[in-house]
Amino acid sequence: MTCKEFLAILDDVIDESISPGMRSEIEVHLRKCGHCEVVFNTVRKTIEIYRCHELYEFPAEVSESLHNAIMDRCRAAKGDSQSS
Amino acid sequence: MSTIQPVAGQNEQHPDVALVERVRAGDLSAYDTLVRKYERQLFRISQHITQNREDAEDVMQDAFLKAYEKLDQFQGNSKFYTWLVRIAVNESLMRLRKRRTGKVVSIDENIETEEGSVPRDFADWAPNPEQNYNQAELAETLKKTIQGLPEGFRVVFLLRDVEGLSTEETAEALGLSVPAVKSRLLRARLQLRERLTRFFKKKMPPVAPRGSEAEA
Repeated sequence: MTCKEFLAILDDVIDESISPGMRSEIEVHLRKCGHCEVVFNTVRKTIEIYRCHELYEFPAEVSESLHNAIMDRCRAAKGDSQSS
Repeated sequence: MSTIQPVAGQNEQHPDVALVERVRAGDLSAYDTLVRKYERQLFRISQHITQNREDAEDVMQDAFLKAYEKLDQFQGNSKFYTWLVRIAVNESLMRLRKRRTGKVVSIDENIETEEGSVPRDFADWAPNPEQNYNQAELAETLKKTIQGLPEGFRVVFLLRDVEGLSTEETAEALGLSVPAVKSRLLRARLQLRERLTRFFKKKMPPVAPRGSEAEA
């Protein structure tokens, strides 16, 4: 396996949607190629970091009022559709 | 009124299907349950796209209202959440367009860039590199890094890797083909990795000046 071939299936490797035969081919390549090993590990870490850190938290101080505003608008829409 | 079928390929009915049926039958409390279930995710997605908290709050309200009003158009051949995300993404892009005074904003723009399609920086990262930053610094770094991605890459990465939609669901939510989602996802992942390497790579020990050993 070449680095180019590894890169072409990198997403499948990360998403663990590869066959067992392909997996052993990849393991052989990663043992030989330090660059691909770094790319593989750091892409995995990139995803993990973004998954674990909620960058935009739902603001607790407005969540209830936002929720109520949504439901009020839906209630009004329901009323409109029933009266028409 | 059309009947919602379970998502193709799944034997068990998704719990949202029964809730949607109840809403269609006039039970608003079932919609309250759906809103509570997905409001946090919708807010996050809208904020990532609009990069503005007020816009995200407006988008979230508009998206839930639109979904409620158009519920009869929901065919049930996709998950309710995927359908909801599609509405929120479109509302977010419309909001961005307004903010950018009419400039067309779509997830197709800026995708021709070749940046990051091939890895260039092969420096390994420090173990648990995020521990070298406090929470505020880390959040700022992660925000700036993802905001630097082209829109079309950022949204795909967000839905697929952060929000956990499948490739097919991401394609459906964004109106893209599966190969287009796969191609953008790879490039988004590589570009983010490349940019984060600047912050997270192992610190190399300082090199001793030439001749220092002889002098010591």
